[in-house]
Amino acid sequence: MKDIKDHTDIPGWGMDADPENEPTYPMKNYTGDDHNRINYERSEQQPPTVEILVSTERPAITRVFGTSAPPSGLSGMIRRYAFKHSEDRYRHWIPLILADRINTIEGLIDDVTKGHIPNVAKERGWRMELEHNAKGFLGKTLLCSLTATAVAVYLLNKKK
Amino acid sequence: MLAMNYRGPYRIRAEQRPMPEILHPEDAIVRVTRTCICGSDLHLYHGMVPDTRVGMTFGHEFTGVVEEVGPMVQNLKVGDHVLVPFNIACGKCNFCKQGLYGNCHESNPMATAVGGIFGYSHTAGGFDGGQAEYVRVPYADVGPTVIPPEMDPDDAVLLTDVVPTGYQAAEMAGIKPGDTVVIFGAGPIGIMAARCAWFFGPSRVIIIDHVDYRLEFAQRYAKCEAYNFKSLGDPVVFLKKTTDWYGADVCIDCVGCEAEGNTLQTLSGRITLMQAGSAIALQWAINSVKKGGIVSVVGVYGPPFNLAPIGNILNKGITLRANQASVKRLLPKLIEHVQAGRLDPKGLITHRIPLEEVSDAYRMFSSKLDECIKTVLIPSAKA
Ligand SMILES: [Zn+2]
Ligand SMILES: [Zn+2]
Repeated sequence: MKDIKDHTDIPGWGMDADPENEPTYPMKNYTGDDHNRINYERSEQQPPTVEILVSTERPAITRVFGTSAPPSGLSGMIRRYAFKHSEDRYRHWIPLILADRINTIEGLIDDVTKGHIPNVAKERGWRMELEHNAKGFLGKTLLCSLTATAVAVYLLNKKK
Repeated sequence: MLAMNYRGPYRIRAEQRPMPEILHPEDAIVRVTRTCICGSDLHLYHGMVPDTRVGMTFGHEFTGVVEEVGPMVQNLKVGDHVLVPFNIACGKCNFCKQGLYGNCHESNPMATAVGGIFGYSHTAGGFDGGQAEYVRVPYADVGPTVIPPEMDPDDAVLLTDVVPTGYQAAEMAGIKPGDTVVIFGAGPIGIMAARCAWFFGPSRVIIIDHVDYRLEFAQRYAKCEAYNFKSLGDPVVFLKKTTDWYGADVCIDCVGCEAEGNTLQTLSGRITLMQAGSAIALQWAINSVKKGGIVSVVGVYGPPFNLAPIGNILNKGITLRANQASVKRLLPKLIEHVQAGRLDPKGLITHRIPLEEVSDAYRMFSSKLDECIKTVLIPSAKA
């Protein structure tokens, strides 16, 4: 058997305990208002200035929303398809993940067409790995390049 | 203004971006004074949360000075130094009225399951976040809270998420005096959950992780027992054994979807993209808790689905409780705990890094380098 230590010296020990409320603790503040459901006083509507994709599980846009990164390009088309299906469906989520991957490539193309060659090593924070994890990081990089070289050599030999 | 910019998995940079504008009469523009990188930002950084779009600015934990207010804002004035809860809440819908500020019905058109969150995937409303010099804060009368004059801003910034989420994890677990509490994950939230668990009077608080420096930190900061699951063999068997083969009274999952996990979960998560990472911590929590016990979940699980042992939830009669923290509901109590010296949020901060070096900061936290627990980013804008 464990001997149970006394922890009452820990600042604040036990001060918020309320055993009455077990197990659905904490209760939400019951207002008795659920039957009013959607009949509450709403804020003004934020005017939609960009394309907003809306969940099919609600009838209208919310009163405020973010305007960051509206859908565009091929990833945007896939996102529009995804939002034709409810949050209950794989048809909603899997296309969104696919769109995210395509979006990354679009971002690279966008950078390059704007004359900005991204510094991937910097974006990935490799400086930190070199500073604090040089052995593990270089080992991994070396292993990757060795594997790549081996594969290349194998393929080249096969071609001959 | 300078802001973080997401370019795809593991690729981010700080660069000049347009200033945010008032888009709604209840908006405010806040000049950021401190902003943190959160474990849940890492789920975005790893590209695991659907609808994380290239060009977004992350960051849902920040404090700042009010620069501009919309015509309908009444509770805030220019110059106020505020802490801004991570959830965007209208204060008027039935969920907000019931204190469920994390579940607001008027802040996220893109999904109904979650309310609006600053700087998160578009699944949480498409709002740009606080890892920037300036940020747009909607419903400025509801969330932003003026930092008490005697409070250290480093404490204040952790009250935007880490402290309330850790506290609510313990609160939802229904801990009673004498209980044994097990916490999975010794990141900032897990450590804070362990510290806050003591407020409910348990006899044991146990934290489980796989990184030794985080366990040592947790043991010191939260005064709990700490174990590395790599050296435990089977953590579920270990936890049963240490509770007289009975099971813990409550288990708290502060991990969420992880890239690692068992083969089946990795296969379904990373290879076929059927779930966002694996649900291994949740599985351990369900299988380690006693029959009739409570499992509390604050770890982030991206949609769609997870391989969780639902059969054991039924067979063991487990109560499963989970939510985003209702920051605003908890703030008065937590500010009091901090002011009375019962909680030391800033004790979690191990690194302070300029916003310019945001890519290095993410890498440091993501790869668990330099014994990093919690990083604060400091933007240098002067107004
Ligand atoms: Zn957070
Ligand atoms: Zn609301």
